[in-house]
Amino acid sequence: MSKTFVGMPAFPKNAAKAVQDSQLRFNLRKATRTIRNKRALVVGELADWPGLRQAGKAIKDHTLRNLDRYLIQLEEAVTAAGGHVHWAKDAAEANRIVADLVKATGETEVVKVKSMATQEIGLNEALEAEGITAYETDLAELIVQLGDDWPSHILVPAIHRNRAEIREIFLDKMPDAPPGLTDEPRALAEAARLHLRERFLRAKVAISGANFMIAETGTLVVLESEGNGRMCLTLPRTLISVVGIEKLLPTWRDLEVFLQLLPRSSTGERMNPYTSTWAGATEGQDFHLVLLDNGRTGVLADEVGRQALRCIRCSACLNVCPVYERTGGHAYGSVYPGPIGAILTPQLRGMSTELDRSLPFASSLCGACYEVCPVAIDIPTVLVELRAKARHPRAERLGMAAAGWVFTRSVRLARAQRFGGRMRRLVPKRLPGPMSAWTDTRDIPDIPRESFRAWWDRTEGGTR
Amino acid sequence: MRVALFITCVNDTLFPGTGQAVVTLLRRLGVDVDFPPAQTCCGQMHVNTGYPKEGGRLARQFMDVFAGYEAVVIPSGSCAAMVREQYPRLIGAAIGNAPDTSCDPKVYELSEFLVDVLGVVDVGAYFPHWVTYHPTCHSLRGLRLGDRPRKLLENVRGLELVPLPGAEECCGFGGTFAVKNKDVSAAMCADKVGNVLSTGAEVLCAADNSCLMHIGGTLRRQKSGIRVMHLAEILATTEGGR
Ligand code: SF4
Repeated sequence: MSKTFVGMPAFPKNAAKAVQDSQLRFNLRKATRTIRNKRALVVGELADWPGLRQAGKAIKDHTLRNLDRYLIQLEEAVTAAGGHVHWAKDAAEANRIVADLVKATGETEVVKVKSMATQEIGLNEALEAEGITAYETDLAELIVQLGDDWPSHILVPAIHRNRAEIREIFLDKMPDAPPGLTDEPRALAEAARLHLRERFLRAKVAISGANFMIAETGTLVVLESEGNGRMCLTLPRTLISVVGIEKLLPTWRDLEVFLQLLPRSSTGERMNPYTSTWAGATEGQDFHLVLLDNGRTGVLADEVGRQALRCIRCSACLNVCPVYERTGGHAYGSVYPGPIGAILTPQLRGMSTELDRSLPFASSLCGACYEVCPVAIDIPTVLVELRAKARHPRAERLGMAAAGWVFTRSVRLARAQRFGGRMRRLVPKRLPGPMSAWTDTRDIPDIPRESFRAWWDRTEGGTR
Repeated sequence: MRVALFITCVNDTLFPGTGQAVVTLLRRLGVDVDFPPAQTCCGQMHVNTGYPKEGGRLARQFMDVFAGYEAVVIPSGSCAAMVREQYPRLIGAAIGNAPDTSCDPKVYELSEFLVDVLGVVDVGAYFPHWVTYHPTCHSLRGLRLGDRPRKLLENVRGLELVPLPGAEECCGFGGTFAVKNKDVSAAMCADKVGNVLSTGAEVLCAADNSCLMHIGGTLRRQKSGIRVMHLAEILATTEGGR
């Protein structure tokens, strides 16, 4: 990922382009529906899913309420197990720490485990600026990196690509790709496997994130499906993990709940294929943990918005979102797309750009995300809360004030209705100004001669 | 029981026929419904667009207007959900059937009132047409109406209820979303319309005229020949006209 989201236009503009892309629409429809159905099937198997969901929510809420205490406990446990803990208040500080750690090893190459936190802080670009090359080893991240592209999904970053496109990218950008490469999934995976194997064996430094950190024992937990992550975690001499401070769980017992919630919600699997856990430094290895704030304590301070910190990045909300399904992830201008992105990005980055201000409005509030979220984040409520904080366009403010004025007295409403009824024949088929957004694709209903209240008055409730 | 009708601003202004149908239907079932004339709007548009101050004022006005009624019937899933789910948080209002409160008024979406309060599923309606039903998001996931509307429709004589594929998916209305994100909204509606057409039904029914205004407006623009009807209008129809 060698691009930035800086200066991207607002969501509606990005979306307008995306919805016209038939290849993108096809890829997304196919992929999201497949995962969505798989998830529904395996979640439906568990009679106690609502209970698990409540447990997940309660554990996260408890941890967030006592975050200070648990973070110290974690630091002590990791240190006692031979690891080094670093605290980073923002992206720049985290990138600085990681770059210095890599430089201290004398290496100029690192392999990476798929991680959202390092994407959030733009670590690869920061390392590149210091002369360090970071190689993504997750298959989908590799496709994104080779294609000089942006990830468009939390779990399936190359969801916007189909296999023909992936073949092109491999042939173009992977020097060791076999010349006769076909677009068979098996052939593509094998080509990537051979390409990566060589990297794993060469690498001296690895960088990861973590899905969970356990305060009690200082254990980090990474869940993945390919085994590539485990290669990175075990082979290199130095391991650096960059983890958001909200990824904490108090005890191993708590982990049990999430090992059920996460795979079923994310990949639709009953059990996760590769779950790696480690506490501190394994023999012969240097281990560094960089604890990342980057706006999280600010989110924690917001009574309604803080529930976004419960997120375990399963991406179930993306897969059911009717907006995401039609726009894809790039329109959200953030490594966090879809419903969770719409509430997390404006909170982490603030709402100073047009794009970030538009994100809370990138939802029809249909509620499908809340329904599937394994930690019961009430995304629609947070969206509405953020909308109230956004700066609104002037014309809209005036319109809303006018509507509010009409609605605060029923006589005003009645008068407006009578006026509308008289003007009904004059209403054009295509409305002017901002309201043309309605009539671009839809007819307006016929304006009735008489409102309901006028009918009620005239007929005394239909009795005359 | 003192029952009031909250018609909603959209129905009042644009779809008076739905309100008249509700009155006809409830009278037929022996309920004498009041229409407190000071009512206007529940505040949903303001709140959901990010204007909680204006929305809160309208919410308090609603509470004043309907104080003293035991039941408020609302022929709109999203407005009923607004009052019941959002008022407690927005203005600390105690809605009788909101979670964790018990006092008047209780707020019912029309099909809830019919099935839960009156205990009827056969309202004596006659409507000999092919109908497909779109459950709408706030009815489905907010109010959790479940199969109440389906039961009511199934008991309408002559009515052939055709299942709608992808019924639980949003139509793309979303209030001001339809204007602010018109392209995504239209893309969502294109799929909804495709599903409606695939049923071969002649009437698309829902318990919310806002969604129907959006889907129906698209159907009409496309000259599809399918008409949209509020649930109340179908339930009010009897043999020999109403
Ligand atoms: S918000 Fe909920 S559903 Fe969405 S990614 Fe996070 S945990 Fe998963």
